[in-house]
Formats: sequence, C-alpha cells, structure tokens
Amino acid sequence: MHTQKRITPFLFLAPAVIVLAVVGIYPLLFAAWVSLHTYLLAQPNIPHDFIWFSNYLTVIQDGAFWGSIGRTLFYLAVALPVQIVLGLGIALMLRRGRWAALRGFARVALVIPLAMTPVVTGLIGRLMFNQEFGIANYIQTTITGNKVGIEWLGNPTMAFAAILLLEIWQWTPFAALIFLSGLTAVPVEVEEAATLETRSFWVMLRQIQMPFLMPALTAILILRTADILKQFDMVYTLTGGGPGSSTELINLYITRIGLRGAFDQGVASAQAILMLVLTIMLSRLYIKYLYKGDDA
Amino acid sequence: MTTQSTSTLPRPAVISKARPRKNNTLTTALHGLGLLVVVFGTLFPFLWMVLTSFKTTSQITSNPPLLFFSGTLDHYRSILGDQYNVGGSLVVSLIVATSATALAVLLGTPAAYALARFSFKGKDDLWFWFISNRFLSPVVLVLPIYLVASQLRLIGNPVLLIAMYLTFSVPIVIWICTDQFRSIPRELDEAAMVDGATPSYIFFKVALPLALPGVVVSSILSFIFSWNELLFALFLTRGDGVTAPVRATGFLSGYDVPWGEIMATGTLIVLPVIVFSLLVSRHLVQGLTMGAIK
Repeated sequence: MHTQKRITPFLFLAPAVIVLAVVGIYPLLFAAWVSLHTYLLAQPNIPHDFIWFSNYLTVIQDGAFWGSIGRTLFYLAVALPVQIVLGLGIALMLRRGRWAALRGFARVALVIPLAMTPVVTGLIGRLMFNQEFGIANYIQTTITGNKVGIEWLGNPTMAFAAILLLEIWQWTPFAALIFLSGLTAVPVEVEEAATLETRSFWVMLRQIQMPFLMPALTAILILRTADILKQFDMVYTLTGGGPGSSTELINLYITRIGLRGAFDQGVASAQAILMLVLTIMLSRLYIKYLYKGDDA
Repeated sequence: MTTQSTSTLPRPAVISKARPRKNNTLTTALHGLGLLVVVFGTLFPFLWMVLTSFKTTSQITSNPPLLFFSGTLDHYRSILGDQYNVGGSLVVSLIVATSATALAVLLGTPAAYALARFSFKGKDDLWFWFISNRFLSPVVLVLPIYLVASQLRLIGNPVLLIAMYLTFSVPIVIWICTDQFRSIPRELDEAAMVDGATPSYIFFKVALPLALPGVVVSSILSFIFSWNELLFALFLTRGDGVTAPVRATGFLSGYDVPWGEIMATGTLIVLPVIVFSLLVSRHLVQGLTMGAIK
C-alpha cells in the first residue's frame, strides 16, 4: 500500500512529462548542438563542422540582431503602458454607474479582439491601412477636410505605428478585462463607505481600488511582456517585417535568418538560444515574484 | 472634472450636495460616450472585415469606402472552390486543433490531478517547468524541429504539428485543471479510498467528473490557441496540409491582392473562435492569465 502510494503520482505525471520532454526539451538540446556547428540549409554539401562559439560571436557582432532586439523592446515600451492605461480606464468605465446594458454589451464586445486570430488581425490591418482605399486615410480625410494619402505600410515610421495600433487594439481588451476582474474583488460595502468620505475619483482609485488592482497589474505586465517578446503572426501578415527591416521584431528576424531567407541554421539557433536564456531569466524572475505566495 | 481640493479638505455639506448633481449629468453623458467609443472601436475592425467579404472587388477598392452596397457571395464561392481550397485547410485546422486538445486533456488531467493531490519531491520544479512553457517562444522550438522533421521526412505531416501544439496545450490543461482539482474536497477521495478504490478509479470516477468545468474551459482555450497558431504551421506544413491561417497568408504572395477572398477567409477562420470565446467569456480571462489572479 505504502509503495503503491509513492509510485502513483509518477504514473499520473509520466505521460505528460515524457511527451513534453520529447516535444519541448529535446528540440532545445538539438538547437544548442546546432548553434555550435556550421549549418547552412541552402548548401547541404558544406559539412556540419564543430566551430565552438563562432556563431554566437557572429550574433553578438551583428548590428541587425541588436536592431531587432531594440525594436522589440521599443514596441514593448510603447504598447504595454498604453494598454495598461487604456485598459484601466475601460475597466473603470465598465465597473459602475449608469448604462448597465451598454456596459454589459461592451464587456462582451471586448472578448472579440482576444479571440481574433492574429493572422486575420494583420490582414484586416492591410485593408484598413491601404494607401488608396483604406478606411484609416478616409477617416483622417473626413476629419481634417484635406485629402490624406498616408503610405502607411510603405513608410518605416507609419508601418511601425500601424503594428503598434493593431497590437494596442487587440490586447487592450485583455488588460481591461483583467483589471475588471480585479475591481470586482473590491467589497461593495468598502466602496460605498468610501463614497461617503470622498467624491474624488482619484482618491477612490488610489486608496480603495489600487490594492485590488495590483495583482491584475502584475499579471498584465508579465503576460504581455512574454507575449510581446513572442510576437510574430500579426506583424508577419501586416508588414512582413518591412519596409526594409523597420518592423522586423526579433522573432521575424530569427526566422528570416533560419528559415525564410538566409537559411543559416547555425546562427539562427545561436540567436534562439540567446533569446531562450533571456526568457528563462525573465520568467524565473517573474514567476518567483508572481507565485511567491503559492503553496504549489 | 475632478478637483484636487476634494482629497484634502472636507467640503461644506451644501456644496457637496449641489456639485455632484451637476457633475453627475456631465459624467454620465461622458461615461456613455466613452462606452460607445469602446464598443465601436472594439467591434469595428471585425465588422469591417465581415462587411468587406460581401463586397464586389470594385466596391472594396472604392474611395470613399462604401457602407451600403448590394452584397455578393462570390468570394465565399471562390475560396471554397478548388483554386484556393480554404475549405480543405479549415478541415486540417479542425483536425489538428481537435487532436491537440484531446491529447492535451488525456495527458494533462492526470498530471494536474497528481499536482493537486499528492506531495512529492521536486513538485515545485515540475510546476515551474510547466509554467515556463507559457514564456517559451515557438521560434526556439521551430528551428530544431524543422531540421529533425526534414531528416525524418515529417514536414507536412499533421501529426508533427499536433505534437508541437502539445507544447502549449498540455500546460494550459495542467494549469487550469490543477486549480480545479484543488477546489474539490479531499474528503471525497479519501472516502473512496477507504472503500478500497484504486487511485485510477478515484481519478476517473470521482475527481474527473467533478473537475469537468475546468476540463471544458481548458479544452476550449487550447482549441482556440491551436486554431489561431501560425508560426509552427507556417514552417511545418505544406501543400494541401496547410492550416487555415497559413492559407490566409498565402493570398499575399500573388501579384494582385484578392481582398474579397482574404476577408471571406478571415471571416471563416475567426467566426468559430469568436463563438467559442463568447460561450466561455466569463472564464476566458481567468484562463488567459493561467490562474495568475484567482
């Protein structure tokens, strides 16, 4: 009975652990091996020699690699604060007041961007940001009264603005809904007692609601950071990383080196391993902080 | 609208009675307007896609854009025909997403049960390993998998894609279901154990039925994630075996951009996941945070 009890959890866990090891860990080990070798997909005749860390040296000296990292971090630094501020505003609007039906409807509507296939978001962006007949230029023409013909996707700055706009459109609802679930944890009596004390919106937010919003904020910071570092699908269909490399985020760059253009698997694997190290460090830090109270 | 003084000084009763009333009308109006902006802004891109999918090509490229027009189903006929075969890729997507989800439940629920019910050495590390998959970029996996699969001649085989989708679907199931199993009273298990039931009997007949809500929510989330995925599918499928998102990106390679066909394809890809998400909208956010907030 006693031995059986000790073996049981392992029998329950084994299938999941084995499968995840095969599809999740084995590829990583292989990538580490490839990153130490010459591995050119387009020239299969060149032998896969062991070349120590020279792929890593190539990556570290590669300005385009650091450029795409900088671009990704800039994208993160703009999109995340905007999503947080807008998301908090929307959550507060959904929380209380009149317009119960409209609030309910808005809450349902917010689910749609979350479910939207990012590939399709990018394709809709292509349509809306079209220079000749896109609705983005039309709206600006109507508002300003002058003919606006912005070449959204052909101009480096505007293309970057376009991917940011879609990122913010798709994921602000995520922040809003998480903040809203944080706000619903505020006890009604506490809020009502507070309204007797103050009518200031800011005092209410800082003193009463903030403690309940902090876990939501942490979750948004962590999950959006992870997902923005992974961003690929929407940008791939909207701009493909262009024009030039103006919207080429890190994942688009790595896949271009490894699988879409240069076919240099050795260097691409070295880039991927460096990204992996960065992600592991970040997630270790994040999860330690986030789950510090968890008994698991 | 808001005054700094309110936070520091108590206001005379007369003013505080008069002010908010005036404030309220304006605030209420702005509140309503803000909500309308949110609803409109959120829905517009989606509705614009659906609308565009029913326009003829000349209606799509008209400037100013048309809001009212006589609709056509031509683009849907075209994409479901042999030339584009979007129907076929939707079937591939359905098979891949369903299989990945079913396998994830099969593998994930026993693991979640073990994590929730038993204590053993290394549980924390195992927990961390499952969680860390949430942070792992598919790019790191797709490079080596592409090489291995090319050597094994597996590129284009849906089984490969299903296997790779387990890297995120199994963790989803484990996370959500571990929480679910923890919420079931331990006494139920213990009562069954006293009656001489084996652990597998307890799992299947006692715990799993009670954890069904968690299983359903995690299944739907894992289905949506698999259905929406592009990166793995882009490099690991080809020909008639491509999933719907890959097929959608294929429209961009030609000389002329078939806008109507693209928007019709987008509509068909997005509709099932939107229906699913609205069904579980209450649990969706919790699921997406992977239990980060309880």
